[in-house]
Amino acid sequence: MAKARTLKTKYLIIGNSAGGIGAAEAIREVDKAGSITIVSDEPYHCYSRPLIAKYLTGERTFEGMLFRPLDFYEQNAIDARLGHTVTGLGLDKRTAALESGERITWERLLIASGGVPIVPDTTGLDKRGVFNFISLDDARAISELVDSATKAVVIGGGLIGISATEALSKRGLEVTVVEMKDRILNTILDEEASRMAAETLENAGIRVITDNTVAEIMGKDWVSSVVLSDGEEIPCSLLVVAIGVLPRIDLVQGADIKVNRGIVVDRTMATNYPDVYACGDVSEAYDFVLDTNRLTPIWPNAHIGGRVAGYNMAGVRTEYPGGTAMNSLNYFGLDIAAAGIATPPEKNVYECVSRREDGTYKKLVMKDDIILGMVCIGDIEKSGILYSLMKDRVNVRKFKGALLADNFGLVSLPRRLWRERLGAPQPEQVVELPEEEEMEDVMDE
Amino acid sequence: MKKIYVREEVCMGCGLCRVYCQTEHSRSKDIIKAFKRETPRPLPRIRVERNGETCFSIQCRHCDEPVCVYSCLTGAMRKDPASGTVTIDADRCTGCWTCILVCPYGALTRDENRKAVAKCDLCPDQEVPVCVANCPNEALVLTIEEIAH
Ligand SMILES: Cc1cc2nc3c(=O)[nH]c(=O)nc-3n(C[C@H](O)[C@H](O)[C@H](O)COP(=O)(O)OP(=O)(O)OC[C@H]3O[C@@H](n4cnc5c(N)ncnc54)[C@H](O)[C@@H]3O)c2cc1C
Repeated sequence: MAKARTLKTKYLIIGNSAGGIGAAEAIREVDKAGSITIVSDEPYHCYSRPLIAKYLTGERTFEGMLFRPLDFYEQNAIDARLGHTVTGLGLDKRTAALESGERITWERLLIASGGVPIVPDTTGLDKRGVFNFISLDDARAISELVDSATKAVVIGGGLIGISATEALSKRGLEVTVVEMKDRILNTILDEEASRMAAETLENAGIRVITDNTVAEIMGKDWVSSVVLSDGEEIPCSLLVVAIGVLPRIDLVQGADIKVNRGIVVDRTMATNYPDVYACGDVSEAYDFVLDTNRLTPIWPNAHIGGRVAGYNMAGVRTEYPGGTAMNSLNYFGLDIAAAGIATPPEKNVYECVSRREDGTYKKLVMKDDIILGMVCIGDIEKSGILYSLMKDRVNVRKFKGALLADNFGLVSLPRRLWRERLGAPQPEQVVELPEEEEMEDVMDE
Repeated sequence: MKKIYVREEVCMGCGLCRVYCQTEHSRSKDIIKAFKRETPRPLPRIRVERNGETCFSIQCRHCDEPVCVYSCLTGAMRKDPASGTVTIDADRCTGCWTCILVCPYGALTRDENRKAVAKCDLCPDQEVPVCVANCPNEALVLTIEEIAH
């Protein structure tokens, strides 16, 4: 047997997705020469994970899911080891072991390993026809069966479950989604918005079951039906389990790295261990709404956290501005933008204002005149202005009334705020425009 | 890089910037045809905001730290390193509108026909973006600035 190779790299990044790519790009902006190695067990060029739903519907090919052009690694001089699993870390010696037997020594490490699907303890999960929905491979495997199936059940009415539900329905399957809590998308939306989302699904022919769960998965070799806690049996030949993801912390289990639910990082995305950073779904990073660290497993937070990690790894001190739970969704054409705390835990401490008109809905959750949560449905084009007020923790007391108005816009904010946003030109940089002679000629006549 | 600023004290809120923007982003580039005959109707990428006597127009700021680019789920949005322009590749855009939710300016528009975001592209075919060139009161000004790194 050939002797296992040892590879040396300055920056080792585990994970070739939102976080890992963000870090690699930031490193390359400031360090043109330092060697970068990205390892991922998924054997694919970096792709947009949320687009697996569009892959399943057939709206996107794999090529159409690529997050960066095909020459990305080459252009950025990145050694991409795709289809390789990191099986262990030696933090004190700064090494990583690959499944292939190779070893990598590194100077700075980023763990951007994302999440693993939560597995319920339901019996029968090992039957064929049962899938998760978090990777391209999942979408591919489901895709292959979709045409021979007529009925599908999705367990879990969260973001991923509803994405799978919509995709399967668009492929012509009769889909039932089963949510344990009393409403779908309950961690992202408030009650009213959840209801609107559920209605939209139902109008598309989907059965939405809440306050219930799958107790048993039936079938011999292949899944043939599921039995719910209340005894109802629903036939299906495809079952998607989407009850959530947990940080993929296997590599740091038992190591001297602080882990709460995810790997705890400071505002530079550094862990407590020197030169080891983490970002994305695996990390617990700063949330500006709750003013504490927590899991916020969304793509933008992973990417921005990755960029911040990358700059710091390359020696350029940068602070993570903080993220929060923030989602822009559109199921069957219903546009939803939501962020922060959509449903306040204690009603009397928080102030909620909302406005519902046919097809549109807006709600703000505030405390001491600071926006802490928002939901916009239908009319979402100005949602970014509200989100920025929330992010900047602007006191909105004086213009609260304008925030939900139809004609709300930048100009509805106090002058100081919009003036700052518009910016002002430096006189010496202004381009002199040519005189418009033709215009004057016409006017003279 | 090019940047556009508004001097709101001389903006009359006439909306011509929007009309020219819409025409420039039409297929015919003809003001009448663009409005009356083109389906789908071309979208303007500039908004005119009014509140009593105050008015100004606003389009993509082509930010130095473009949070829309960093939040883009598909890689459709980029900041061109050479020109500093924030661009959208409509074929790669999936219309998730995450960029809209993070834009502090409300400067992005949904193109429902293409299921892609529509935004100011600084008029790549023109030396001077049409909103600036056609503002009757010179309320819109163009600058050439260094790209911040
Ligand atoms: C169906 C679906 C829809 C979604 N929709 C949205 C949405 O609309 N908006 C949104 O913001 N977010 C959405 N998300 C969430 C988003 O995709 C994640 O937040 C994001 O992918 C997190 O990025 P990451 O870099 O932290 O990790 P991941 O994308 O999970 O990538 C981690 C990578 O590291 C690899 N890896 C882990 N451990 C090892 C190891 N030991 N060795 C080698 N490789 C390893 C993994 O295999 C994986 O490839 C969606 C997710 C799914 C599944």
